[in-house]
Amino acid sequence: MVPKYVIVGNSAGGIGAAEAIREVDSEGSICIISDEPFPVYSRPLISEFLAGERTLDGMLYRPRDFYQQNAIEALLGQKVAGIDFPGARVVLEGSESLPWERLLLATGGTPIVPNIAGRDKEGVFTFTTLEDARRMERFLEGKPRVVVIGGGLIGMSLASALVKRGVGVVMVELLDRVLGAVLDEPASRLVEGVLREAGIELITGQAVREITGKSFEEGRVGGVVLQDGRQLSCGLVVIAIGGAPRTELVKNSPVKVNRGIVVDRHMATSYPHVYACGDVAEGYDFVYGTGRLTPIWPNAYLGGRIAGYNMAGKQTLYPGGTAANSFKYFGYPLVSAGMVNPQDGCEVLVSRQDRSYRKVVLKDDHIVGLVFAGDIQQAGVAFGLMREGVNVRPFKDALVRDDFGLTFIPQGLRRAGLGVSPREMVP
Amino acid sequence: MKRVHIREEVCVTCRRCEVYCTVEHSLSRDIIKAYKKERPRLLARVRVQERGALSVPVLCRHCDEPSCVFACLTGALRKDPETGAVVLNREKCVGCWTCVLFCPHGAITPDPQRHIIAKCDLCSHLPVPACVANCPNEALIFAEEGVGA
Repeated sequence: MVPKYVIVGNSAGGIGAAEAIREVDSEGSICIISDEPFPVYSRPLISEFLAGERTLDGMLYRPRDFYQQNAIEALLGQKVAGIDFPGARVVLEGSESLPWERLLLATGGTPIVPNIAGRDKEGVFTFTTLEDARRMERFLEGKPRVVVIGGGLIGMSLASALVKRGVGVVMVELLDRVLGAVLDEPASRLVEGVLREAGIELITGQAVREITGKSFEEGRVGGVVLQDGRQLSCGLVVIAIGGAPRTELVKNSPVKVNRGIVVDRHMATSYPHVYACGDVAEGYDFVYGTGRLTPIWPNAYLGGRIAGYNMAGKQTLYPGGTAANSFKYFGYPLVSAGMVNPQDGCEVLVSRQDRSYRKVVLKDDHIVGLVFAGDIQQAGVAFGLMREGVNVRPFKDALVRDDFGLTFIPQGLRRAGLGVSPREMVP
Repeated sequence: MKRVHIREEVCVTCRRCEVYCTVEHSLSRDIIKAYKKERPRLLARVRVQERGALSVPVLCRHCDEPSCVFACLTGALRKDPETGAVVLNREKCVGCWTCVLFCPHGAITPDPQRHIIAKCDLCSHLPVPACVANCPNEALIFAEEGVGA
């Protein structure tokens, strides 16, 4: 069989593409390849798995019979050894190879592991896959103290899972605040307050210089030494300083790579019939007006979906995505999107009381960034205006009001948004 | 598909839609028990937003290109290919609120007590959604596209 569509990667992007292809083309054969052995699961839920709140079945992103229902051949637990672009073949480990008519690279990201002395010791982990969570599980039984290196998205979700397991957590962040890449300072401080209340020990402005061994078992983690010389004992170290696009398959290939794989608004790469999406790709970011890494699940799914349509011949433009996250650490809701640390020439609207905080960043009367914390119910309205590129000048002061919502949006815009056509209005 | 159409010009903020939505989705389906006994109390999946004389009942639009479904981290939200409704699988929802951020209508409500979202299911077990059936002013109408007053 010659698969018409070959998809490397079995997560949000790959599944988004497969679903879109099947909307357009019910016949063309689809093959999905992944080095992970599991049917598609929700990666963000590995923290719930680690917390003991979900099993694999509870994490499945699609029903187990998804592949069968959609006539998709799934090669799971199968590693891709390389890609022969001129020959249009994906070479699998073990010498077999698969030809393609359309190829999608949805290989995601890979955790960055800095060159810290002692990083090879038993008990040092990264935390991005279900397998990571499974392996870590075994180390948690004696409830050892855990040092989490990195106060970003992954470090945060990991720390909350560990606290639920009753494990002591020390978080070491290089910057002077947590979530520096996706939050502004006041929002970071709010999160830090929540973390400390939950019993997490937070050390900012510090890095781990060395991971040390146990006194009688040098090969196993016993502690860390910080840059300032402080020593912390622990039984587990998790490196969560961020991810990088998993581009090894396109190294020295004709596919253009910047930080990630470069794609156009159709999610097509520089090489004919080859597409890319998700964390590995630099999809269009509408806030910055250019291709950028925006490694979040929703962008991966939507980018994959657009790639799928185009692969199947239905010309579709990716509307673009931007960094957009919902955080809920220990019950405190907070969302952010776009440019939260504004550049020069931006206007910033802020409101703040108690544990509630709102910030909207405008550029030429268009929303380019937002943070809503505490009450997030109407954040989607602001994010919608941001995505649609609406000029908010007439009502911008309302954006950070407590009671902000659709009623502040001019009638025509509100009705169009709600799908109220003029015919449906009372004469 | 049939949707709940909103006619804000005749909505008088009586909030009966909220009450009947709450009752319809309660365990007892009894107005007194639903409000006075069942805990945590259910959140209405339609919410009337009021400002001055303006009054807008807001509920899920069951969008053709549903941002919430695309954004859902767990696969809990999906667009039913048969009915077109955007439906929630309560077992799969973990209350991450990503869909809340991605819904441009603000029509999805976080229910922090249950750790899941509250959103309109079009009362799929009824011929007409409870909010529509109990709106005294036809401010909510259940109809196909383009069919209106």
